Amino acid sequence: MTLITETVPVARQTSFAASPFASPAMLWLLSAVIVCSAWEIAGRYPISPAFPPFTDTMAALFAMILDGSLPKALLITLKPLSIGLIVSVFLGVGLGVLMGLNRFAEWLGSPLFIIAQSAPLAALIPILTFAYGIGLTSKILTVCIMAMPVIVLNSLNAVRHTPASLIEMGQSFLSTRWQLILKVILPAASPVIFAGLRLGCAAGFIGVILAELLITPTGIGDIITYNQSIAEYENMYAAIFAIIVFSVVFIMLLERLEAVMFRPEKRAAS
Amino acid sequence: MTAAVAQKSAAPRAMVEVRHISKTYAGGVEALNDLSIDFAEGQLTSLLGPSGCGKTTLLKIIAGLIPATGGEVKVDGRVVTGPGPERAFVFQDFALMPWASVMRNVAFGLELKGMARSEREAVAEKYIASVGLKGFEKAYPHELSGGMRQRAGLARALAVNAKVLLMDEPFSAVDEQTRRKFQEDLLELIAREQKTFLFVTHSIEEAVYVSDRIIILSHRPSQVSSIVEPAIVRGGGPDQIRRDPAYLDTVESIWQSLKRYLD
Repeated sequence: MTLITETVPVARQTSFAASPFASPAMLWLLSAVIVCSAWEIAGRYPISPAFPPFTDTMAALFAMILDGSLPKALLITLKPLSIGLIVSVFLGVGLGVLMGLNRFAEWLGSPLFIIAQSAPLAALIPILTFAYGIGLTSKILTVCIMAMPVIVLNSLNAVRHTPASLIEMGQSFLSTRWQLILKVILPAASPVIFAGLRLGCAAGFIGVILAELLITPTGIGDIITYNQSIAEYENMYAAIFAIIVFSVVFIMLLERLEAVMFRPEKRAAS
Repeated sequence: MTAAVAQKSAAPRAMVEVRHISKTYAGGVEALNDLSIDFAEGQLTSLLGPSGCGKTTLLKIIAGLIPATGGEVKVDGRVVTGPGPERAFVFQDFALMPWASVMRNVAFGLELKGMARSEREAVAEKYIASVGLKGFEKAYPHELSGGMRQRAGLARALAVNAKVLLMDEPFSAVDEQTRRKFQEDLLELIAREQKTFLFVTHSIEEAVYVSDRIIILSHRPSQVSSIVEPAIVRGGGPDQIRRDPAYLDTVESIWQSLKRYLD
């Protein structure tokens, strides 16, 4: 309880702009402290025998890092994940931009992705397994069907909503079609494209874990299923925690990449 | 028309010739119907009219940004089929690329032409200075005020060295005080640059202040309602112009003629 009561005056101080507690890093830390202590309290209470406290989970996490089992599992999971994400990102942005530029391509492609976005994709995994077996291919495809729709549809909308006056500007200064796409439309669309990439990649992370739980247990999915079956819940939650941290770090890196590649004015402002 | 409104016939060569231009938008809105106007070389001609009368449509047709439904436009003797190097456009909403610095925005027309970086930046630097933005080359549009953004938009149009500058309500998104300063600077610029300016505005004062010639358009579909040439002596500086009886009379007479289009 002490941890919680301590945070109250800190939270009040954040309303003063001059306070050092008002910095974004401090607020970030504060929010992490609140979540972790709530987790600890819930685990100690306990709300369920299958819910270990934060400290026990962290101990299990470090033990699994030190004995090498978690890094090894992560590397195995990384294979379908990285191949799936690379395919989804390049193919997804490419298709989305094409559909944004060309009405015929949109007419042809967008219904498929709109359906895919709202379909219960986890239920389709057995069909993938029938078609492509229990190997790497099915897992890569699971990542792709989870990640691609939002990437494609965001890219499509981003391109479609390029400000009309910027396009007229490009045309009036005699841009070629390619110059207009590369120098005006893509940079203007990049914030929404990258928002789609962040959502899509997060969905891809979910997809790879789904695949490892539902197709064959490998990597992180193996740690989760195995430890669940032998009631070693600390290890199971440690594996889940690890993949969440990995996913968040990856998405933050993606945000940096956007600022560096397309949006110099955001770098200048920060 | 009053005495302040002189009809001169000894006009210089027509740089832009609009011949029987019609424009009907999809959905049946008739913006322009059989409109013919000449714009004289080296002058600033304003298009003035009630809002929604098709002024901007006409300017964009001249720019080659939207096709006319009928008729043709000739610029410097050649028929317009699309945007061309002899015309440059200044946009109402500035149309600056938010991800590019002032320098890159101003040099953008030259960048699209494939001019080398050092060369185009030298040209851009000159025009950035001439519109009064020296020192802001590295700034991004969101760091500038509305007036400064439009100065960058104007520098971009000047940098490509077009013969005709098409300005679509360039000051309408700028506050009143900035606009006055901008109008004064524009007069200097016109005197310096030997170019033909086409200027769309809905402000009577602005039109009379900056124009050699004002074309007043009627309600949609637009017809030329009247043509006014303000007989103002521009040598005496901004204060004298605004106090010149000819300026005040012209503003008043245009207002009287436009009033009937309001309902």
